[in-house]
Amino acid sequence: MADTIRNPSGSGPIDPAINTPGREGLTGTAPADLYGPVFDREQVTIAPDFRPLDAQPAWRQDFPIDWPQDVYVERRDFMKFMVLTSATFALGQLWIALQNWYRQRRGQLPMQRVAAIGDVAVGGALSFTYPGEHDRCLLVRLTDREFVAFGQKCTHLSCAVIPRPEENSFYCPCHEGRFDLRTGVPTAGPPQRPLTRVLLDVRGQDIYAVGIEERTA
Amino acid sequence: MRSPTRRPFSREQRLTIVQGMLVFVLVMVVLQLWLLTATMNAWLGGDDAMVWPAAAASAACLALNAGLFRYLVRIERAGRVRE
Repeated sequence: MADTIRNPSGSGPIDPAINTPGREGLTGTAPADLYGPVFDREQVTIAPDFRPLDAQPAWRQDFPIDWPQDVYVERRDFMKFMVLTSATFALGQLWIALQNWYRQRRGQLPMQRVAAIGDVAVGGALSFTYPGEHDRCLLVRLTDREFVAFGQKCTHLSCAVIPRPEENSFYCPCHEGRFDLRTGVPTAGPPQRPLTRVLLDVRGQDIYAVGIEERTA
Repeated sequence: MRSPTRRPFSREQRLTIVQGMLVFVLVMVVLQLWLLTATMNAWLGGDDAMVWPAAAASAACLALNAGLFRYLVRIERAGRVRE
């Protein structure tokens, strides 16, 4: 309706918006096309270096994208990726909890005969599996009546350790890790946790594995 | 009382909001990473006391992050309707 107001001088329509308190004296004096079009703020794009479009390099003028929107979308997508990462970590945590539940459900490990005392010489070692068929372990005879057994899996990255009784250690060839032969505690290299200890029971002339002991230190 | 004609957030406001959320989400993700490595180390060493509390804490972090993202999607949708 306001656009229909005519300028008495006949030069064009009067801008009705200019008729505001304090500017009444100008009423009817300014043509409607005095002001440029007013854009919504979200329609205005600003280049990353804040210079006008004319001052931008040709490649940027050729692709005058909506840069603020680009920045927003990139932050939003990064956030989406971070939420997915968060979900992955939570799933990993749940996986550990389920494995723990399975381990507790397994209960007491069975007793298993490993070898006869005479099968291993003093300072010698014997390989066996316990408790599963894929869990390789090493039995070492330290003295006449003293035996120790450990899981063969290095606690760094699960390579197989090699017994070196002459050096009083287990040696991991992957990253030069070393463990004490008597206790399985790491003495050199990257491993932080001791080897899994296999609990032994000597009955008569036979050696039995009766359980395993995971340790943090 | 909530006004029935609430103005949706402008793009600049949404950008500020998403940057604030990102800081929070990043802190949560770093916390989750620490929780995961600490729990894995303890569990492999035979200590299972912290397994379930750590899983609950990690799930809580995920819930917070997902809630923030859901809020972001909501305000974005409101802005789109306005346009």
